[in-house]
Amino acid sequence: MYSAAQLVLLFVVLSDLAVLGTTRLSSCIRGIAAQGLLLGLLPVLVAPQLSVHAVSLGVGTIVVKAIVLPWLLGRAIREAAVRREIEPLVGFIASQLLGVLAVALAFAIASRLPLPATTQPLLVPVSLATLMIGFIVLTTRRKALMQVIGYLILENGIYLFGLTQTESVPFLIELGVLLDVFVGVFIMGIVVFHINREFDSLDSTRLAELTD
Amino acid sequence: MTQESLVALALLAVVAPALPGIVVKTKSLLTGRRGPPVLQLYSDLWKLVRKGTVYSRTTTWVFRAGPLVALVSLLVAALFLPLDGRSAPATFAGDVIAFAGLLALGRFALVLAGMDTGSSFEGMGASREVTIASFAEPTLFLCFIALVLATGDLTLSGMLGTPLAAAWPRSGATLCLVGTSLFVLLLAENCRVPVDDPATHLELTMIHEVIVLDHSGPDLALILYGSALKLALFGVLVVSIFSPRAELSGPVAVAVLFAGLGVVAVLVGVVESVTARLRLTRVPQLLVGAGALALFGIILELR
Repeated sequence: MYSAAQLVLLFVVLSDLAVLGTTRLSSCIRGIAAQGLLLGLLPVLVAPQLSVHAVSLGVGTIVVKAIVLPWLLGRAIREAAVRREIEPLVGFIASQLLGVLAVALAFAIASRLPLPATTQPLLVPVSLATLMIGFIVLTTRRKALMQVIGYLILENGIYLFGLTQTESVPFLIELGVLLDVFVGVFIMGIVVFHINREFDSLDSTRLAELTD
Repeated sequence: MTQESLVALALLAVVAPALPGIVVKTKSLLTGRRGPPVLQLYSDLWKLVRKGTVYSRTTTWVFRAGPLVALVSLLVAALFLPLDGRSAPATFAGDVIAFAGLLALGRFALVLAGMDTGSSFEGMGASREVTIASFAEPTLFLCFIALVLATGDLTLSGMLGTPLAAAWPRSGATLCLVGTSLFVLLLAENCRVPVDDPATHLELTMIHEVIVLDHSGPDLALILYGSALKLALFGVLVVSIFSPRAELSGPVAVAVLFAGLGVVAVLVGVVESVTARLRLTRVPQLLVGAGALALFGIILELR
């Protein structure tokens, strides 16, 4: 039987695959917001007992990853007026298959890692899969905004891996990481806006044309 | 083989033409129209059966055999489905492959019949139909592989019968993924909206409908009945996965199946009302996405 935490982890993988397979940027942002919400539920579900630490981490994650960041990204696509990723370096079908391959690899690696036995066997494979899918999005999409989304997925994978250690990682460090991500995406939003103003497009390959 | 499964099979053959009616009715109601009666297809079939057929001089026996082969292969495929939730009228180890093969044979016969007319429209339709099938079939097999892994049984009777009920508590997530994937396949294989639009009347945009343009009279009736039956077969696959009925007594299990088929038809109608048809180049992406779900199910089982 699957516990609630395991089901949430499975939905995280599904949201990864959904972001890989969608062309429309607004759908991708909705996918990343859903993933943020799922990640916010996890600290509460994974914690052995309900603690202030777990609840505040969950609430902080939901506020930053499911509300503020998607809102920032949504504003960025409105201002830059980009709607969809048209020509990714690797096609949508191929990247979806790559994503499934990444999930398979993650499960294979996680079963061989010398990790202490945890109560959540799915946490490590799902975090590795999310990491790898984040890398795929980050490297194969041309639009700067999709690359920001890839970076966010990558960070979500790291966050999931951190959840295996919730007891030993101090609360302050976790909040610091959340703040870092927030500032990172904030700056990327500004950069995206400037790329768009300079080149009339969000295609990051154009950045190679920058000269004095 | 139980008596109930044979009765259920006969019932399925009788009820099948009502399913497209339910789909159309749902669609009409959701879009604020009255729509044709649910049993419209029965009247259409009756009208067509009484008409004569017209054969073009360019066609050969391939054209005449097409509708018959298509329908018979579907009827034989239906023999492998455990309609009462326990055992099918016919079963042997590996009958899933026979099932998929029979579905492919039916499509092959229709495609050949379409090409036999020499019409360029039908040739185009045939090429699209086969293109989509080449993406749908691997997904179907991935679904079956996931089911084999979850239930440990190589027959359709086992996959959708007693072992399925035992597998639900252990691998419910896999079965949900496979069920969703099969529902997408149902839409693709039966030419429903995100893939093909059954209501379209422009030859250039039709996929399945264009292949059968030259058929008339009883031949067309066979084809229409066959497509209703195909919808029912895929519906049975989806319903069987989401409602393991091995514990229920025979008549109740069959009743649950038909209620489930009605729900599936309504769902198809809802999907048709809320989504637009996908661009042809995006259809493979949808089917690969469905295959990715099944693959994820396989990974979860192999873990």
